[in-house]
Amino acid sequence: MGGLEAWLIEPYRFEFMRRALLALMLVSLVGGVVGAFVVNKGLAFSGDALAHSTLAGVAVAFVSGGSVVVGALVAAVVTALGVGLTRRRARVSYDTAIGIFFVSMFSFGMLILSRRTSYTPDLTAFVFGNILGVSAGDLVAAGLLTAALILFVLACYRELAIVAYDPAVAAAMGVRATLFEYAILVMVAVAVVVALKAIGIVLVNAMLIIPAATAGLMVRRLSLIMVYASLLAMASAVVGLHLSFHARVAVSPAIVLSSAATFLMVAVVTSRRRARIVGPEGSTG
Amino acid sequence: MQAPSSPIREHVPAREPLAPEHRHKELALDVRDLWAGYPGQPAAVRGVSFVVPSGEMVGLVGPNGAGKSTLFKSILGLIEPLRGDAIAFGRPVREARDDIAYMPQVEEVDWGFPVSVLDVVLMGRYHGFRPFARWSRTDHDRAREALERVNLAEFAGRQAGQLSGGQRRRVLMARAIARGARLLLLDEPFAGLDAAAQHELLEILDGLVREGNSILVATHDLSCVMSSCDEAVCLNREIIAAGPPAEVLTPEVLSETFHMHLVTVGALGVQVAGFYPQASARAESSRR
Repeated sequence: MGGLEAWLIEPYRFEFMRRALLALMLVSLVGGVVGAFVVNKGLAFSGDALAHSTLAGVAVAFVSGGSVVVGALVAAVVTALGVGLTRRRARVSYDTAIGIFFVSMFSFGMLILSRRTSYTPDLTAFVFGNILGVSAGDLVAAGLLTAALILFVLACYRELAIVAYDPAVAAAMGVRATLFEYAILVMVAVAVVVALKAIGIVLVNAMLIIPAATAGLMVRRLSLIMVYASLLAMASAVVGLHLSFHARVAVSPAIVLSSAATFLMVAVVTSRRRARIVGPEGSTG
Repeated sequence: MQAPSSPIREHVPAREPLAPEHRHKELALDVRDLWAGYPGQPAAVRGVSFVVPSGEMVGLVGPNGAGKSTLFKSILGLIEPLRGDAIAFGRPVREARDDIAYMPQVEEVDWGFPVSVLDVVLMGRYHGFRPFARWSRTDHDRAREALERVNLAEFAGRQAGQLSGGQRRRVLMARAIARGARLLLLDEPFAGLDAAAQHELLEILDGLVREGNSILVATHDLSCVMSSCDEAVCLNREIIAAGPPAEVLTPEVLSETFHMHLVTVGALGVQVAGFYPQASARAESSRR
């Protein structure tokens, strides 16, 4: 037991590991809550698009010396609103419109960065994530965004759920359905920005999708999926963080893979359970 | 392009929807010269005017693509009418939302979404934004009563997507009932139900009307309209005819409404089966 205890506690002798753990808890919380919408409203591609589009904001921030978090947030929110607008107005299909939107934003970011000749280590941190380089300032920014997002979801839970389930009836009952449809996309944007520094553009979407998808196999109510997904994400984050520390591998892929392994295990277990419940005629007992 | 006026039209003119004995009744819904449609397409609903008198069930009859759903959505303001307006209980519909319950077609709802049957019915209790609001005891009581009314009480905790087609319709019906509204707009509640389930649903609707509620129900099921509705409104982009079902549902009006050959059988004078293309085709071929 002493070995396990050491394995568990040893990493947190370091300040950067304590910060990393805290950052990952915030990412898990927003990822679980927002992921419940992403997975159940088919927004996975939108999440990926929002993540990639942040490069435009990050690049502008680098060049102008502005705040990278603000840059990423602006880029993600602009993309979220653009995606919402194309969803309502576009004459091409929704996923095509998103595809065009996000590669344009990503290319814009690359274009700006290509003018910079000096090596930018911080930039690779945004693309691939640098959880061990999370600063106190990063933590404060992520904490504020997380608090705002959780407060918003608590304040508007009924509206968000009704709009996500049945926007037409929501509007008929006087819910501002369009406003909340945009709000859900902006929530995804905020979640992406919270997770950006920790996980990186390439893998951030995994934090939205995998825990919520795993939770969806275990429970079938929106609020419960949010809770389960957040807890599952936290567990995967801790496992990934420890694997990374002890086995000297990169953190974000370790987290994503432990998350994916959890999904696989839950999928196997729940499919057996389902096989028992559902009889040969498919009647639930 | 204006379609040439058909001779049938002159035989059976669209009559005033209000029978004399109803003239002084309060109107649950008053639709006035409503035009509606989607951008870039010709108007799906053209110059539609009709009323739903308080305490009556009005059947909106028309084939698929006649504009029934578009009409509902424009009445509710879900799509902006191109012209005209809808008045509920003497007020614009947007000011009367608490008095109106809407049941969309069952296909329009996201059944994969993780909500329980009770969650869905509770949604009908929404009456405006209050931050951090949760459903009250009363909301729960009304939702459970509504579920009992549609015989789904024991399914309250079940995930909505696990229900059968008929049960899904009853859940949406329960949500509309739980709202406690005086006017219900029901879009194709009978579609895909077997005869027994239709009968059950009709009894529920009859009960609601007896309690003083008003119902506008879109359907292609003429026998339901014949047996249960106080008024029928035949729609195919525009109003073809409106009035008491026995007077309005004549073979001439129906063939104009459904743009289809009719087979007349049975005591009603018209038979539902006659309006399905297969039945018409069979009739055609048997004649040849």
